[in-house]
Amino acid sequence: MKFAPALFGLASLLAWEAAVRLTGVPSYLVPGPLAIIAAFLADPTGLLTSLGSTLLVTFAALLVAASLGVVLAVAIASSRLLPAAIQPWAVVLQVTPIVAIAPLIIVWVGNPFASLVVCATIVAFFPVFANTAAGLASAPTELADLFRLYGAGRFATLRLLRLPAALPYFLAGLRISGGLALVGAVVAEFVAGSGGFASGLAYRILEAGYRLQVPRMFAALVLLSLAGIAINLGLGGLADAVLRRRGDG
Amino acid sequence: MLQVQAVGRRFGTLQALQDVSLAIDAGEFVALLGPSGCGKSTLLRLIAGLDRPDSGHLTWDADQQPKPGEIGFVFQDATLLPWASAADNVLLPLRLTGVPRSQAMPQVHAALHRVGLGGFEAARPRQLSGGMRMRVSIARALVTRPLLLLMDEPFAALDEFTRHRLQEDLLALWQDLGCTVVFVTHSIYEAAFLARRIVLMTPRPGRIDQEIVSPLHADAQTRLDPAYAALVAQVTREMARALAA
Repeated sequence: MKFAPALFGLASLLAWEAAVRLTGVPSYLVPGPLAIIAAFLADPTGLLTSLGSTLLVTFAALLVAASLGVVLAVAIASSRLLPAAIQPWAVVLQVTPIVAIAPLIIVWVGNPFASLVVCATIVAFFPVFANTAAGLASAPTELADLFRLYGAGRFATLRLLRLPAALPYFLAGLRISGGLALVGAVVAEFVAGSGGFASGLAYRILEAGYRLQVPRMFAALVLLSLAGIAINLGLGGLADAVLRRRGDG
Repeated sequence: MLQVQAVGRRFGTLQALQDVSLAIDAGEFVALLGPSGCGKSTLLRLIAGLDRPDSGHLTWDADQQPKPGEIGFVFQDATLLPWASAADNVLLPLRLTGVPRSQAMPQVHAALHRVGLGGFEAARPRQLSGGMRMRVSIARALVTRPLLLLMDEPFAALDEFTRHRLQEDLLALWQDLGCTVVFVTHSIYEAAFLARRIVLMTPRPGRIDQEIVSPLHADAQTRLDPAYAALVAQVTREMARALAA
């Protein structure tokens, strides 16, 4: 049962390789798994350097999105006017396709790295912000009453009740935002890459596409998927570890 | 200790309390008894200062509004911080009222010991049974040595055997500490067992029907006492009459 996903994956890869060989499809149309691995091994340094560049943007964006998300969620939790003022704009940010505003941001920000980070941040911001805001409001009213009964100020209530109550929500939001930050980084790289700068994996995909090096495109794609899976599992593991350590997870 | 004078409280179209007057003396054990919606919890929140009356007022003796920490409150649920140990949960009121940690910790241990949870300092709420969680909640309410202990159906969610144990322990604590207790309940048996004075309340609008003074000096044997059965019968009869009226 536990090995079912791995067995299924392996069987699919075998079937794929067999199909490619039996039908004789040229590898510049559909490469088999072995051709993809060979493409990766032909230039591992180049691809891994690009992966590093994409991950750097991803994590920088995740850091900015998490910090901004928590700060804004706290600001919203401690005010009556701010939620009404900010919430609709946060939604605008969420529903605007990043591809549509990325060129504008790249023009405005100028610095290539910073503009990629800004784009990825916009994509990653919403889940961590919305989750943290919900978490800050999740403390039971009786506990809030208890804090009032003992004359606790707003700051003490935030520090000892609202922030700890929001932690599991924040971690769940961070996990979603982590995947989105990678998506945002790649989308921004595509837009920027067509402008001639940037060195991330998206640019490698574009470049390989122009040269019809389809196996190399696939190799870059596989690296991106693996990075996404690693981020998701890593942030999930982080959440479990933090909550278990705290004793409530 | 406290005079509640002609107090009214309205939530929208619901008259939760109407013209409620009640005197509470220092050291008393008073039960507020009535069905759901009779405003007994609202009255308790007014006494705690968590809510304000729309009409009437509460007057404290010698005009001494209780300071933070002089009132303890126990809710129906234990309402503990799930991420904090039993000791840290009990420490919370002292922390919020600015007692230094070195001074607070002996009080925390003493409070946990008093409710029979010595040795459970490090336990998390989810590792404890419902009865033990309620004991932590009571220790938290007692740790500041409050003058007034307010309890809002604290044992309603527990099984009967645990409830009996906790009721007996609560009586012993009260006799030990000499604080005033106002105890909200919808159980006639509980009110008759615990309280020196039972305040009967009726709903829509929430008001006080009458007060019955208990002749009992309750301990663990009281449940078998014919006088207890007689008191339960009297309260049951009066409550039925009040609700029919």
